[in-house]
Amino acid sequence: MYDISKCYQAKDAADAVRALMEDETAIVISGGTDVLIQVREGKLAGASLISVHGLPELTGIRMDEDGTLVIGAAETFSHITNHPLIQTYAPVLGEAVDTVGGPQIRNMGTIGGNVCNGVTSADSASTLMTFDAVLELFGPEGVRLVPVRDFYLSAKKTVRRQNEILLSVQIPKSEYEGYTGKYIKYGKRNAMEIATLGCAVRVKLSPDHTALEDLRIGFGVAGPVPMRCTETEAAAKGRKLDESLINEIGKGVLAEVHPRSSWRATKEFRLQLVEELVKRAFREAVEKGGGSFDA
Amino acid sequence: MGVGESRKRVDAFAKVTGEARYTADLMPEGLLVAKVVHSTIANGWVKSFDLSEALAVPGVVKIVTCMDVPDLPFPTPGHPWSVEPAHQDVRDRKLLNRRVRVYGDDIAAVIAENELAAVRAARLVKAEYEEYAPLLTVEQAMAPEATAVHEEKPGNVLAHSEFTVGEIPYEEAVREDGLTFVDRVYETHPVQHCHLEVPVSYAYEAEGKIVVTTSTQIPHIVRRVISQALGIPVGKIRVIKPYIGGGFGNKQDVLYEPLNAYLCQQVGGRGVKLELTREETLACTRVRHGLKFHLQGAARKDGTLVARKLTVWSNQGGYASHGHAIAANAANMFKQLYQDEKALECECYTVYTNLTTAGAMRGYGIPQSCFATECLTEDMAYAIGMDPLEYRLKNCSKAGYTDPHLGIGFHSYGLEEAMKKGAQWIGWEQKRKDYENQTGPVRRGVGMAIFCYKTGVYPISLETASCRMILNQDGSMQLQMGATEIGQGADTVFTQMAAEVTGITEDNIYIQSTQDTDVTPFDTGAYASRQTYVSGMALKKTGELFREKILDYAAYSTKRAAEDLTIRENQVVEKETGAPVAALAKLAEEAFYSLDRSVHLTAEATAHCKVNTFASGACFAEVEVDIPLAKVRVLKLVNVHDSGTLINPKLAEAQVHGGMSMGLGYALSEEMLYDQKGRPLTDNLLDYKLPTAMDSPDLHVEFVELEDPTGPFGNKALGEPPAIPVAPAVRNAVLHATGVAVDELPLSPGRLSEAFRKAGLM
Repeated sequence: MYDISKCYQAKDAADAVRALMEDETAIVISGGTDVLIQVREGKLAGASLISVHGLPELTGIRMDEDGTLVIGAAETFSHITNHPLIQTYAPVLGEAVDTVGGPQIRNMGTIGGNVCNGVTSADSASTLMTFDAVLELFGPEGVRLVPVRDFYLSAKKTVRRQNEILLSVQIPKSEYEGYTGKYIKYGKRNAMEIATLGCAVRVKLSPDHTALEDLRIGFGVAGPVPMRCTETEAAAKGRKLDESLINEIGKGVLAEVHPRSSWRATKEFRLQLVEELVKRAFREAVEKGGGSFDA
Repeated sequence: MGVGESRKRVDAFAKVTGEARYTADLMPEGLLVAKVVHSTIANGWVKSFDLSEALAVPGVVKIVTCMDVPDLPFPTPGHPWSVEPAHQDVRDRKLLNRRVRVYGDDIAAVIAENELAAVRAARLVKAEYEEYAPLLTVEQAMAPEATAVHEEKPGNVLAHSEFTVGEIPYEEAVREDGLTFVDRVYETHPVQHCHLEVPVSYAYEAEGKIVVTTSTQIPHIVRRVISQALGIPVGKIRVIKPYIGGGFGNKQDVLYEPLNAYLCQQVGGRGVKLELTREETLACTRVRHGLKFHLQGAARKDGTLVARKLTVWSNQGGYASHGHAIAANAANMFKQLYQDEKALECECYTVYTNLTTAGAMRGYGIPQSCFATECLTEDMAYAIGMDPLEYRLKNCSKAGYTDPHLGIGFHSYGLEEAMKKGAQWIGWEQKRKDYENQTGPVRRGVGMAIFCYKTGVYPISLETASCRMILNQDGSMQLQMGATEIGQGADTVFTQMAAEVTGITEDNIYIQSTQDTDVTPFDTGAYASRQTYVSGMALKKTGELFREKILDYAAYSTKRAAEDLTIRENQVVEKETGAPVAALAKLAEEAFYSLDRSVHLTAEATAHCKVNTFASGACFAEVEVDIPLAKVRVLKLVNVHDSGTLINPKLAEAQVHGGMSMGLGYALSEEMLYDQKGRPLTDNLLDYKLPTAMDSPDLHVEFVELEDPTGPFGNKALGEPPAIPVAPAVRNAVLHATGVAVDELPLSPGRLSEAFRKAGLM
């Protein structure tokens, strides 16, 4: 039994926004895998919920004419992982969201909820950061597009307003074409876990696979919000692939991250993981792209 | 037919189809719902309550607080009651307590028309406290300035005991030239049982009695403790135990049944249900004791173990529960597993603190003891440069060993054979060589651990069990056991035993799974690893009596001598030739309805068991350690058990799988953590890291099957042992892989990274 004062199933996106405007205390629920836990814990006891579950405007994974990959906010993790467009153009995103919780959670939880929940440990977030994904928000004034890199304000706070809903997550063609990537989630066990650290690395190699044309590094739990390591990325661009590059990237990111100590893991251990995971993810991303470090 | 066959569980279909009914399935409509209000401090007093907001919640029927409950302190452990006051369990808690001793102590309870109202009101109960500094460690609790957690125990030492083996003290025994010493501190932390079904019960009054249906391992003990807590006679209480979703010792404590019965009284006998949340189960029921061991050992260069010394401090938490029995048991296994040439000294302290109350959990002190004992053993073998397997074979207790204080012996002995079998399976000799001198970031190792484990609790405690057999008109049997099915397969093996003894086939034996204290014969319940042994004795005794009565009737009916007859496969046959004499079905019908001699054939007997025997075994683990990530992957794991004759080999194997999985969690990830105020941090199944299927390797099981002459069917303990040796085997494998000895459980990433950093590996 959940302590919920109201739950309204919106008829469409406009109806959801109208309902949110009518009740300023209302919060959006989609898959419920975060919201219901907080209701049960008492943090959201007595909540008034507006459900966007199954709304057509928030569902579906498609490619626009300009090649933009559009993922409906209410798409579940398991749909995303198994979708041919994701598997073809952004497999690393499918792999990342396949690390969330367990099969039941992945069948209910949605990418929109994962992002809007605003937490640094969200398994989709660090990968979306590396894609420079764009979030399509819909509110009383219509649609606005917000780059995911501008979305997070602080722990559990985002730029989304109470009366806005997320319609889709969009990845422009230039952001996925020619890249390979790897997401590593570090948890204390291999399933049913929240990341102690999450690291996403995406690379674009030179046509002969010997140099790095572009590098994207995203982290979760390395700071209060999901983040990119742009300085390390910039320094590595154009470099030849060799072992020293791996080590430089490992050291480079240490200057950019800000993990904290908690009872779950110390800052020192998280820093150790930051360095180690970025090296491993980078190596794998390069190898997936046909590059090697043998030379 | 009978013992030794891998028969399907008698409850398999019911459990798989959902037909099997558990406490929550049996609840009638219209029960009131109770929620316990838990303290938000760990140490202090409740000064007053403000119930105004809580009482205003629509649907609230009544709120009872610690100011209201009867002044009747009661004990909670599932021990047989002792008629000698000196050996009685400690009575140190009331139904609700003004003196707050743990964070989350039970200080009030809300009864409401529905769950939401109860939850809302419970959140609105306001308590004012007088707060003391929380005592979280034994060091804090034993400090001179510490507050007394229980005023009758100033200094907070619940109990202290010591014993020695050998003619001379340790200090004198080690005054010998050339000895190698190991002197270390090994530590384990609290973990929780995490049985699938949370504690749940409901109570109502009917025909002048309070009827409590509950998920427990020990229905007859629950009945006695309700009587003590409420101050009403045992006969006025009826406890019903249906199928339960696991217990592992947590439900060998009387948890919330007395409060549930009391709340029922408070609303005039109306039905009240009390179901805990998972969070309450983790934070407010029982945990396995955290034990801190200071161990010393001395050995000669040739590998002879000369002397050892143990001091152990057991963190009891806020209430006595099973108390000192745990630390005492831990010291006993340290003594029993190896033989010191000259001297052994053990000293045990059990200390009240403000952590979650520790109670019984699978292995009863021995998982902790095995960890410390087998760390010391390994570290001593390393110190003298001897192969750890060879060192163990040289010094472990041998066939014929008998505990000098308790008189418990190995009536069958397969420990050495278990070690050899396990070593063979894992490829010990080769892998010890292969994995020497590794240098990379990812390294492999193999490790082992052994244990011994007493089957029942005799002579420390009473062992008594009863059984009843009733003949049906068709020659089938009703089988009633006081012993309980708690998921371990008891009903199945009892059915097989009954078939073995009586000659009635399993398909004609109907075991009554539900214990109802108004009907069920007395047994203390499912705990220790006693049921196949002690309750098996009761069953065998009853079965023999039952068969004798049937054969007497057959002798009358067929005019033959009873001693020439026996029963095989539902037929009375000639003992010598096996020639059929009478079908049991026919005979039963006659016995019921005979106009000449009508008799209902039943048998009932109690076995008062005054014997005990050691089971033993070994675990071998192969691990891969990713040093930079501070992660251990278990590649191979084998448990070898010396548990006597197996009643049902397939069920035995399943029992071992479950234990090994539990052992893996203990080794690598499970731990109850608390903040500085004593508030639990890991009171949910996200932060409390039970291993998942994705974390478990294939679990391999072997047996050394030797008939134990004291077991009713050659059997001895298997219930708890599988969970015992895994953690030290994994620790020792990590030591082999990395050269780093981690002396504290679990080997979690945080703890490993610290150890690797100290060792210069990171």
